[in-house]
Amino acid sequence: MWWRSASFILDRQQNDAALRPDTSSTITPPPPTESSSAMGLPTDHNPNISAYYQTRAAHHAVVTSDWLAQAQAAAVVAHDPPQSTSTADPDKPFSVIDVFNNWRRQPDLAEAVAAIRALAAVIRSSQASTMMQLEIELKKASDSLKAWDTTSISLTAGCDLFMRYVTRTSALEYEDFNSAKSRLIERAEKFGEISYKSRKIIAMLSQEFIFDGCTILVHGFSRVVFEVLKLAAQNKKLFRVFCTEGRPDRTGLRLSNELAKLDVPVKLVIDSAVAYTMDEVDMVFVGADGVVESGGIINMMGTYQIALVANSMNKPVYVAAESYKFARLYPLDQKDLAPALRPIDFGVPIPSKVEVERSARDYTPPQYLTLLFTDLGVLTPSVVSDELIQLYL
Amino acid sequence: MDPSRRAPRSAIDPVPKFRQVGFFTPGAPPERSQSGPPDPTHSTPVSDVSQSANSLSPVMIPPPRHLSDNLVIHARPTLASPLRADSLAGGGVSSFGDFFPAPMSPATPASSSYSSRMAAGEGSFFERHGGGGDKGNNAGKVASSFPRGGFDLTAMKKVSGIGGGGGGGSGVGVPASELTTVSVVNDSLAIHEKEKANRGGGSAVEVKDQSTGSKQQKPKTTKAERRALQESQRAAKAAAKAEGNKASGAATSVNAKPAKAAKPTPKVDNAAVAASEKKGGDCPPEKDRKKDVPQPRMQYDDKSRVEKAKRRAVVKQTEARNRVELFRHLPQYEHGSQLPDLESKFFHLDPVHPAVYKVGLQYLSGDICGANARCIAMFQAFQEAIKDYRVPPEKTLVRDLTAKIGSYVSFLNECRPISISMGNAIRFLKSRIAKLPLTLSESEAKVSLQSDIERFISEKIVLANKVIVKHAVTKIRDGDVLLTYGSSSAVEMILLHAHELGKQFRVVVVDSRPKLRGQLLLRRLLEKGLSCEYTHINAVSYIMHEVTRVFLGASSVLSNGTVFSRVGTACVAMVAHAFRVPVIVCCEAYKFHERVQLDSICSNELGDPDIISNVRGREDVKYLDGWANVENLQLLNLIYDATPSDYVSMIVTDYGMVPPTSVPVIVREYGREQVWI
Repeated sequence: MWWRSASFILDRQQNDAALRPDTSSTITPPPPTESSSAMGLPTDHNPNISAYYQTRAAHHAVVTSDWLAQAQAAAVVAHDPPQSTSTADPDKPFSVIDVFNNWRRQPDLAEAVAAIRALAAVIRSSQASTMMQLEIELKKASDSLKAWDTTSISLTAGCDLFMRYVTRTSALEYEDFNSAKSRLIERAEKFGEISYKSRKIIAMLSQEFIFDGCTILVHGFSRVVFEVLKLAAQNKKLFRVFCTEGRPDRTGLRLSNELAKLDVPVKLVIDSAVAYTMDEVDMVFVGADGVVESGGIINMMGTYQIALVANSMNKPVYVAAESYKFARLYPLDQKDLAPALRPIDFGVPIPSKVEVERSARDYTPPQYLTLLFTDLGVLTPSVVSDELIQLYL
Repeated sequence: MDPSRRAPRSAIDPVPKFRQVGFFTPGAPPERSQSGPPDPTHSTPVSDVSQSANSLSPVMIPPPRHLSDNLVIHARPTLASPLRADSLAGGGVSSFGDFFPAPMSPATPASSSYSSRMAAGEGSFFERHGGGGDKGNNAGKVASSFPRGGFDLTAMKKVSGIGGGGGGGSGVGVPASELTTVSVVNDSLAIHEKEKANRGGGSAVEVKDQSTGSKQQKPKTTKAERRALQESQRAAKAAAKAEGNKASGAATSVNAKPAKAAKPTPKVDNAAVAASEKKGGDCPPEKDRKKDVPQPRMQYDDKSRVEKAKRRAVVKQTEARNRVELFRHLPQYEHGSQLPDLESKFFHLDPVHPAVYKVGLQYLSGDICGANARCIAMFQAFQEAIKDYRVPPEKTLVRDLTAKIGSYVSFLNECRPISISMGNAIRFLKSRIAKLPLTLSESEAKVSLQSDIERFISEKIVLANKVIVKHAVTKIRDGDVLLTYGSSSAVEMILLHAHELGKQFRVVVVDSRPKLRGQLLLRRLLEKGLSCEYTHINAVSYIMHEVTRVFLGASSVLSNGTVFSRVGTACVAMVAHAFRVPVIVCCEAYKFHERVQLDSICSNELGDPDIISNVRGREDVKYLDGWANVENLQLLNLIYDATPSDYVSMIVTDYGMVPPTSVPVIVREYGREQVWI
């Protein structure tokens, strides 16, 4: 029933976007397009609804009609005309959020990478004359980014990592401020570049794990997982994919759509049929919104139960996640997270007395995961904390 | 050592078996044990070893330590003592204390009157234990009059003399390593050998050449040849030494050693053999014993060693009878007698600084318990001791003070076995002493050491606790029911802080006999107005279903994530795990240790069995009166247990919240820093 969704509109837009030169690999921010508001991408967000999932929904294109209407309404209410960066418009004060939003509109660009590039733009446009000033400015920018969406783990983690990576360098000891600054910009761009490429690295790393004739269960739409499967298909591997439907935003439909285009045999299963199909499955592949310190992952709702089922049937669960999603969080249980809420369309009106669980994600503890494919290499869950300790301490 | 064991060993001799286990100097040919010109290529790797060996804490299991110390000491070919001291300060001195045998203390955990003194013990957590009036008492005497320290010093001087001896010295060093490796292989025999090696320092090797040397030889030489060679070398060495001076250590201790070993334990046959081979020579009696950090783990089921250790001990303890078979290797004594005995000796024991003595008594009586409190008390006592310390004439501060601290530590160990966290702290202090620049004057050095101690306490304990509280509080939500077991200072601070932040939660304090330290915690929580529930561990499975978080303290956390803590913790953690309640362990990073332990048997502490045999306040319950005379009854009062990492959801340390699998990372990344701050 995916055709009933609004996805075809966005598909078309995406195809248009694909025709454009690939700006995402360069460092120039994309021109703010008018279509962004038409896409329903909110520039301001409703505090009750996770901005992260709004962006994802916009990018991943399977949007229910009433959500689209709602988002558009929100966008109209609080829509400022998109600003260009201060480099282009020196009268306006530079706002990291705007730059971030511009970057964020690129469907292929992860939110964290957008944040990283926005922060790089902060350094570039900074008028600070001392290192300390610059650092404080950067800190402020990253704080405002983090505050902009507290539910997005990768945004927070990306900002933190950027601060670590960029500011922890001997560049700060240069006597000449300008050379130090240019060094920082260089580092920032390098970091952006690394983050951008990480998906390809992960795809390469995980090829060894996909063998001919295997059946892979995927959940939701993850760009990394899609990259992995795409590369496997390009490498002429023979494999079959089971896509879960991915309620409520039905991102699984989108994935099955994309995979069908690559001529990969795909079967759609509804979310509740995971256990039913598990005995045919050879491995489970999921993405992650965030990888936490215990080595567990935070991902789209339903990942935990799939991991539980897979674990009880001794099937490996592989996670593909870029290292900028490593966050210094340590949830002890499902409720130990800032909830990321998301509207859910049940198709029929829900009586007001009935409560709806609207959380968009769950936490999968490390003992149910087999391996994590990251751009740092193929890691066991316990190594995540190693890496985090080394990154942050 | 019964002769029957010895027999197979000599049978092995003709076909020398060559199995190197653990540390050994790479490529050092066994011949070196006989004819060792100082070889710089070997001394270098060796000193590396000493660095790592140096990092062993007294409670640990480190066979390589002694060998490396020997090596470091003996491998120095230079003579000039200031220079030597200089070079030693770089690598070896920190482990210098290790070189000297631990007085294998028949240590006793005495907790005769805890509950009555609980409050006092608790109050002293941050209290300073000033030496008070007796501070100046010993200052002057220190240098001259203590028997133990005095011996240390002479021994050390002699050792350096050996170094001057050059060839002989380094020759001795290398075999020591081999001996140790061998001893790892043949268990019980080896223990004796190792012990001897420790006792005699490097020189013990000589003795062993007779018995073990042959085993390690490469097959080339026959036994007779080797013996001849040894004999000649020994003669040469003795001659050289006689010329040198009366005290050239190796020869004397070589000779002394067998005699010494033989006398206290005539049963030890190989020692006896050795002794018979070379009697005579000047016996510098206890010279090189009793210095040093307590030897790692003495196996208390080894009768002969226990005998020896007992003779040395300051604290006289009578061994408890009918002990539990599985735990025979741990020390256990009859309680109650030592304290008055020690108290009466207060004014006679010169070598131990009064502040240290006081802390020791407090350990013995159970007034100070809890890892942090014990560690702080110990360090503050050391601070006092260092303040009153004077470098004796013709000694260097670095070496003398290390030995002195070592003797204090062994005294404290006799009072109650040193915990892992204290071991880490001692290791830190010793490395600081070793790292003192030689340019510092005595008073500057003392000030710098005192401030190091101060810093350790404030950074690694007090500040660490604050950071832990900050992290752990984020895991407490409104409406939570938190369960804690026993009394942990970190957990207490967390609960109080969360309460100050206005979080609404309830606390379940689970307690257990015999210490009932939970009551202490309970009282302090109630004073602050927290709503609490109190129960004994028997009811833990009943209470667990309403609990949402379990907070536990730890005595130490080992590298495999095993949490070593008050007995009962494992039980609580397992029940919590079964109920799917997250278990949060709060532990400062200075308590982490690189050791791996799988059970609570091989390293533990035994408490007073009498305490569990009767019930306080219930005079009518005395079914176990006179249990000690019942042959077939054994009481077990364990102090610690090990919680496998599977049952631990999270460890909160000063480096943040980490999973138990990350303990080795922290040990690896920061363990070094902790020592070399």
